[in-house]
Amino acid sequence: MLSIQTNHVGHSLIRIEDLCKSYDLQDASGNTITNQVLFNINLTINQGEFVAIMGHSGSGKSTLMNILGCLDTSTSGSYWLSEKNVAKLTNDELARIRNQKIGFVFQGFNLLKRVTALDNVATPLLYAGVGRSQSRKQALELLRRTGLENFAMHQPNQLSGGQQQRVAISRALINQPPLILADEPTGNLDTQTSREIMLLFQQLNRDQGITIVLVTHEDDIAAYARRLIRLKDGHIIYDKNNNTNISVDKLSRIFPA
Amino acid sequence: MNFLAIVGEALRALRQNRLRTGLTMLGMIIGVAAVVLMLSIGQGAQTKINQTIAEMGSNLFIVVPGATSSGGFSFGSGSIRTLTIHDAQAIAELPTISATAPVISGTAQLNYAAKNWSTLITGTTPDYFSVGNWKIESGTTFTESDLRSANRVVVLGSVTAQNLFGDEDPVGKTIRITNRPFLVVGVLMAKGQSLTGRDQDDNIFIPITTSERQITGNQFPGSIRLMLVQCKSADEMDIAEIEITQLLRQRHRIAKGKENDFTVRNLTALADVATGAAKVMSMVLGAIASVSLLVGGIGIMNIMLVSVTERTREIGIRMAIGANQRAILTQFLLEAMMICFMGGLIGLLLGIGGAWVVSQVADMLIVITLGMIGLAFLFASAVGIFFGFYPAKKAASLKPVDALRYE
Ligand SMILES: Nc1ncnc2c1ncn2[C@@H]1O[C@H](COP(=O)(O)OP(=O)(O)OP(=O)(O)O)[C@@H](O)[C@H]1O
Ligand SMILES: [Mg+2]
Repeated sequence: MLSIQTNHVGHSLIRIEDLCKSYDLQDASGNTITNQVLFNINLTINQGEFVAIMGHSGSGKSTLMNILGCLDTSTSGSYWLSEKNVAKLTNDELARIRNQKIGFVFQGFNLLKRVTALDNVATPLLYAGVGRSQSRKQALELLRRTGLENFAMHQPNQLSGGQQQRVAISRALINQPPLILADEPTGNLDTQTSREIMLLFQQLNRDQGITIVLVTHEDDIAAYARRLIRLKDGHIIYDKNNNTNISVDKLSRIFPA
Repeated sequence: MNFLAIVGEALRALRQNRLRTGLTMLGMIIGVAAVVLMLSIGQGAQTKINQTIAEMGSNLFIVVPGATSSGGFSFGSGSIRTLTIHDAQAIAELPTISATAPVISGTAQLNYAAKNWSTLITGTTPDYFSVGNWKIESGTTFTESDLRSANRVVVLGSVTAQNLFGDEDPVGKTIRITNRPFLVVGVLMAKGQSLTGRDQDDNIFIPITTSERQITGNQFPGSIRLMLVQCKSADEMDIAEIEITQLLRQRHRIAKGKENDFTVRNLTALADVATGAAKVMSMVLGAIASVSLLVGGIGIMNIMLVSVTERTREIGIRMAIGANQRAILTQFLLEAMMICFMGGLIGLLLGIGGAWVVSQVADMLIVITLGMIGLAFLFASAVGIFFGFYPAKKAASLKPVDALRYE
């Protein structure tokens, strides 16, 4: 590792170098074939950025996000998160990072079934060691801010897609993480709801300085981000600032701070 | 995550799947109930036998006339008349022996006022009551002087007394035995059934001399049906048996190499056999019940494995929001243990209830000990931990990404 690199990236939240990911699969005759999904990815994301990762289906976006979120490990290369080498962390430390440093938002919402919105939002606090009643109090406060206080006692299957995604975002926010990873968060939502969710992200990024990395297929969703990265067959084919970024100031606020 | 919160999560998961939880618990309930029931029946049988043995009197031999037959011995081989009252008196003189009680017996018709009762009549000596561990309810036993003068006195067994006198106090009353008047001097305390299941309390006792001369009669004067011999201490039982045999052979002038014309049986040894049999029985019962507990445990493992597979996505979500392996492991292990614990508790209550029903319906002695309850619980928790651990471990060691992708 070159010491120069270590020096000049002092403020990066995410730093990835020569990261590769491949899967070993068995073919019909039982031979192992290696399917490489990510090729020598180099990427630095600083605190406060709003990044959209785009690319065709199968280009490796989710794979990259899972590695960023410490849900998966790379085959080679290195990943520093807040200057910590993720490869060196124990399972418990990784769990703590997922709990404290990262908020996940998924395309399919991934709420706990048959658990109320309130308890869904409160669960990360429980895993952080906060007591149940205190957790619920904070969760309710967050739901109130996302305009869902009337749905606190609803279970996921009693909520609309947009409401579920807002519950999921509240859950991602409850431990006040510096980083939110969202894998196609609007994939299951209609245009209007997608717009509301994107504005919510933009506002979180702008007002609270939360770093947001989101994956999307759609250009008009990516347009909310300030930096665009495109993946193709596991390679980054471009990485640039988004100058036509939709500003939150021009739009109505849906998430009062 | 603190422990209480994990308990809450586990409880919620169990509540969400009530039917599944209930069915799994059923295996545990049946297992524990069976173990408790079987152990209590086994323990009851053992206790009953121990009681009977204690009531029978300790360090006892029974000597009957006739050679040892190949099929064991019988109390009732009345045709051979080789034992006499004098034999009993001679044995009582042996240093290892504390007392002997010769017995002749028969049946007799009793009358008191308008009541009739037919029962077993035992002619014996006053020592019979101490040797046989009989206790007096009221009055006294008959005495040596009653024996010498062949007085017409009688001691009643509790059932006989009840049948003839009801609530009246029999002591001091006169009853007729085969039409001869006898003075009731005492009533015995109830003893219940003997090892062979005979009611020992429907019985009357008179001096052996009176019996021989006036009631049962005797073709061979002085001969007896059997005698009870009590040894001074348990340690001397072996020596005593040899001494009794030698003495009787001498008295009966049996030549060397000839068979005995009597049989000496160690009742304590017989009792040990009965106790041993009861122990084996309760162990077999316990083993059978344990199998059902084991099956219940495997049922729990089965359900927990299904549950882990079914909830793989949930596990993935929990990991993504910060659950570490220990939190997942604890939650699933707790789910298994709660099923076992609750099932164990219900099973315990059912087992105790079942034991009570059995004791009422079958008129059996049922004994439930704290140890038994503890054992059932220990076993239930062990089953929970043992069969819950593997699925829990499986859930906890999943890679977050694999768990999340699981369909
Ligand atoms: N567990 C796995 N085992 C084997 N191959 C995998 C696994 N997960 C992903 N892949 C492969 O990796 C490649 C990239 O998958 P990935 O999910 O990252 O794509 P994506 O860019 O997110 O696509 P989409 O836009 O459809 O979500 C695909 O070719 C896929 O087949
Ligand atoms: Mg994807």
